[in-house]
Amino acid sequence: MLPSELAQKLKTRFGDLISGPAEFRGEITLKIADAEKIVEVCRYAKNNLDFNYLVDISSVDNYGEDPRWTVVYHLRGLTHGGELRLKTDVGEEKSELPTVTTVWKTADWHEREIYDMMGIRFRGHPDLRRILMWEGYPYFPLRKDFPLAGKPSELPGVAFTQPAPLEGGPFITVAGGEDAIHREPRVRNPEE
Amino acid sequence: MATVQDIEIRDSAARTAQAADELQDVQGDKMVLNMGPSHPATHGVLRIVLELDGEIITRADPDVGYLHRGDEKIAENMTYTQFIPYTDRLDYLAPLANNVAYALAVEKLLGIEKDLPLRCQYIRVMCAELARISAHLLGLGAFAMDMGAVTVFLLIFTEREKIYNLAEAISGARFTTSYTRIGGVMRDLPPGWLDQCQKFCDEFIPALSEVETLLTRNRIWVDRVRNLAVISRADAVDYGLSGPNLRGSGVEWDLRKNQPYLCYPDLEFDIPTGSIGDCYDRYLVRMEEMRQSVRILQQCIQKIPGGADNKTNELVNVPDGKVVLPPKQKVMTKMEELIHQFILVTQGMNCPPGEIYFGHENPKGELGFYINSRGGGTPYRMKIRAPSFVNLSIIPKIFPGCLISDTVAILGSLDFVMGECDR
Repeated sequence: MLPSELAQKLKTRFGDLISGPAEFRGEITLKIADAEKIVEVCRYAKNNLDFNYLVDISSVDNYGEDPRWTVVYHLRGLTHGGELRLKTDVGEEKSELPTVTTVWKTADWHEREIYDMMGIRFRGHPDLRRILMWEGYPYFPLRKDFPLAGKPSELPGVAFTQPAPLEGGPFITVAGGEDAIHREPRVRNPEE
Repeated sequence: MATVQDIEIRDSAARTAQAADELQDVQGDKMVLNMGPSHPATHGVLRIVLELDGEIITRADPDVGYLHRGDEKIAENMTYTQFIPYTDRLDYLAPLANNVAYALAVEKLLGIEKDLPLRCQYIRVMCAELARISAHLLGLGAFAMDMGAVTVFLLIFTEREKIYNLAEAISGARFTTSYTRIGGVMRDLPPGWLDQCQKFCDEFIPALSEVETLLTRNRIWVDRVRNLAVISRADAVDYGLSGPNLRGSGVEWDLRKNQPYLCYPDLEFDIPTGSIGDCYDRYLVRMEEMRQSVRILQQCIQKIPGGADNKTNELVNVPDGKVVLPPKQKVMTKMEELIHQFILVTQGMNCPPGEIYFGHENPKGELGFYINSRGGGTPYRMKIRAPSFVNLSIIPKIFPGCLISDTVAILGSLDFVMGECDR
């Protein structure tokens, strides 16, 4: 069965909840209107459409837009070989959605990573702790308002707190910026 | 006189039960033992917190992130081409394969992966397979060394040295190759490279067979790895394992076959799978994969368009000045090429808005790049799906019940790299 047919099946089952499918470079993306329903959709996709393999979960920070977060799930069926991408938006105020660890166990570490990097919480996750950064680290570094140079934090001497992580590094300057400081991404601070 | 001797192997449950009996007298409170981050068997900086009942592990909690460098954040702040050197440092045992994976992902976003010249595709396949052999060899050597078989480690380094020489010949660097470019490769194969590669293939199979005689039927080795840390088919899929760890559990899934890219459909090779999913199966799968990689390499050497010295002047880059840097001589003499060069270097190629995911069959498993582009020369968000990260997440499931001395065997059989896990 083609991924487009599988997407259509999912759409027939859930109706207005799912918009799309959008196709780009041969990949099918479906958007789920209500993040609270993500588990239902995923469980249906796994049990009825044989998407038994969760490739990845990623998150996008749409800084300055509402809703701020997009969580992206990559589903694959190892038996039929089809792939599907599910997306759902989460507002900044809530920053929470249900976990899919009950559907695929591999979601555990992916969700921990998203919590660690973006600060989106997964309700019902068995062990929602930081995974790459250390316990007690106060920021969420992959957010767009976190500067590339980093921010000072506790644990001096262990963690990096000074700016310029790669002096003279190959970061691009943005063409058309006012002056060298504005073109330099390490100094750019979106909060200002 | 009998020449074949039966090997008696007790399964891990029986061994655990026996050990539990022996430890009955000394059992008391549980003990928490910290393993790593600087432990020779954790192959980098993995830390595992083990809860022990005597010598038996009751709970394991892996702690990753000691090598976190923020690659995904860095990627958002530079052009697609500038990120290529960072891919070397993901799985630093197979930088060539990472280069290929990343280039293919960006090319998918640009929609030019079908336009890649055939010679370039063959070169990339050879790079990926050499990287696979090199990574599997080190995985095997470290695995064996942790189990006390240091000879293997020394033997495989002789072979890896030859692969490093090949990498050096094509890219100028032994370790941090950065060989691919978006839309092609850095440069064509140097003269004599294919012969050198052929020589490596010829010498490698006997060397691998020698290593195999040291391990595959070795009583000590088999006793220690067979029936250890069995991962069932269902668990392997549920935990999202990929690469040899998934295939070791009997799941026949290889992106080179199931979602073919480059010129893999034109090449003949088999996908080895395990039957039980124990450490021994994962070891056997890797051994066979190396042989299959050599098979692929030999076909590539035969089939590569242009042959060794490329007398027919086959292209190795997409002939598009808006993606690949134009030849230096033209930049110096022609206006249009000069403009292309300037734009490419200062702003990067103009990628369309959209999102793609590309998964590449890397030595450790599926290395995937999810690129969310809003147009322009930098990704808005790039997520790296690191196989080692996902493969390690099964540790809390398979460690409990094993003996503490089994940890090194299990870690060796999972074959992970922290540079990729922590990104």
